[in-house]
Amino acid sequence: MSRDKKIRVKREKRPRPPGKAARRAWEASNERVRDVLHSMAFMGPSLLGVSVFFIVPFLVVVYYSVIRSPINREFVFLDNFIAVLQNSSFQTAAKNTAAFSAVAVPLAVVLSLGLALMLECRIPGKSWLRTFFLSPMMVPVASVVLIWQVVFHYNGTLNAVLSAFGISPVDWLNSAYCQVVIIVLFLWKNLGYNMILFMAALNNIPKELLEVADVEGASPAHKFFNIKLRYLSPTVLFVTILSIISSFKVFREVYLLTGDYPYIGLYMMQHFMNNTFRYQEFQKMSAAAVLLALVMVVLIILLFRAEDAFGKDVEG
Amino acid sequence: MRKNYYLGRGLLTLVAVFFAFAFLMPTVLTISNSFMTQSEISANYGTVFSNAAGNTNTYISDTVNLKFIPDKVSLSQYITVLIKSPDYLLKFWNSVILVVPIVLLQVGVASITAYSFTRWRGKLRSFLFFFYVILMLMPYQVTLVPNYLVSDWLGILNTRWAIIFPGMFAPFSVFLLTKFMRRIPASLIEAAKLDGSSEWQIFKDICLPQCRSALYSIAILVFIDYWNMVEQPLVLLQDAEKQPLSVYLSTINANEVGLAFAIATIYMVPCLLLFLHGEDYLVEGIAHQGSVKG
Repeated sequence: MSRDKKIRVKREKRPRPPGKAARRAWEASNERVRDVLHSMAFMGPSLLGVSVFFIVPFLVVVYYSVIRSPINREFVFLDNFIAVLQNSSFQTAAKNTAAFSAVAVPLAVVLSLGLALMLECRIPGKSWLRTFFLSPMMVPVASVVLIWQVVFHYNGTLNAVLSAFGISPVDWLNSAYCQVVIIVLFLWKNLGYNMILFMAALNNIPKELLEVADVEGASPAHKFFNIKLRYLSPTVLFVTILSIISSFKVFREVYLLTGDYPYIGLYMMQHFMNNTFRYQEFQKMSAAAVLLALVMVVLIILLFRAEDAFGKDVEG
Repeated sequence: MRKNYYLGRGLLTLVAVFFAFAFLMPTVLTISNSFMTQSEISANYGTVFSNAAGNTNTYISDTVNLKFIPDKVSLSQYITVLIKSPDYLLKFWNSVILVVPIVLLQVGVASITAYSFTRWRGKLRSFLFFFYVILMLMPYQVTLVPNYLVSDWLGILNTRWAIIFPGMFAPFSVFLLTKFMRRIPASLIEAAKLDGSSEWQIFKDICLPQCRSALYSIAILVFIDYWNMVEQPLVLLQDAEKQPLSVYLSTINANEVGLAFAIATIYMVPCLLLFLHGEDYLVEGIAHQGSVKG
């Protein structure tokens, strides 16, 4: 950088004939054009792919969501949306997915932060613990589903253990408790990943700040809420968003455990999508996809705002 | 005070050990159960899996017996899977030819895109980057219908390209790799430019070598994500014989639960190997995601 500057300064000092200035201007604009061309050449494949596979079809989906049907292309504006919102399977799917995310995401954030803080303390075998906590993320859902079936079945291990404590058995996957099961599975899979994010962020908190706090006799709670949490706020945001995304993927566990038509409490958004696909109801599906996209964008903006308000006085 | 400190540490260790146990158990159990014979599996879990097939005669006891160590270590399940019925291996191969191209192509496309995002800044480009982030954050249910439509138009529905193409352009790697590349000192690139290197040379000889560990960790993350996929094949691949093992495993019937354990174990082997070999890269890769903004 500095070398570049020096050279340029030298050139500037030398008097130039007017023709050369024009030539330099032309060269500069030439370079800008070349830059644009270069950047396009590098970005091109991805932009093209994203346009073809995501943007254009999504615009078509938006279009589909406001017409009567692919054959009768009459503009009906919100009719499809109203139909979807009144559809009872959609309501069930939306309710279950929202209820699941509303519980699982905060739990995932708090517990993984807890694990990260725990690994900051002086306990033996930390690197092993990190490996163990992270391992579920690498295990395919399909592989461990067998064990989950054994554990959560009515005649399964969990009920056997509970009955030893005198608690009557629960049909975990076919009762109001089903959401508990998938929350456990979700946490099992995702805590490790989030924990790593928090560990990295904790590492980046300036040590001097914490030392000063120690010298001034700040309590651990004070240190946590007034220093650490402030610096962690971008990570909290990121982990929250990531967990929301992963919470939509819990369908995998549900599907592999219970198939296409699970107990009503486990009927997720993806089930709704799959079943609508089977009947090729594109209007319904498009409206659902657009609604979901809108909800996600609003949610992301709200979270960004919240983080801005909370973490704005911290730099870095 | 001191006593309290040790008590706290002890308690914390206990909690940590409990968590470690809970996190590790399902994986270990799956692996150890894959070494049991079919009769032992039926004896232990008959009551759970018999309902699924609709026959109630196969089970022996009413409760399950989740066992850690097999009565008799046997490789019979593996022999069946690997030699006697190549059907399962075919499904495994389906997974491989879906996931490996996606990983290679996505990382390849992402590396040049990330270079572009790193090398040239501007209003339009930061808007584009933000757009990629939003796209990355969309749940699969949003992109599913668009994916289906394009595959239909291009006539690749029900072929593996319907999954590979969208996977190739998924913005996740672009996001992560851009974060990595922006850490390369700008002076390095400027110096190369003054030396007369072309953009392609700068990219190939300076950026990529600097990002080697990042590329590896991103490849692991992408691999694990697609190795796990269930939604895409369910919608985009209707033929059962084209389905990857992740979907097929759930359709194995009750009489073959023993086999299922062996297949499940085989299915996690590539992931576990990657994990054991690349854990540090993986951790680094996750840690660098930092925040979504900026």
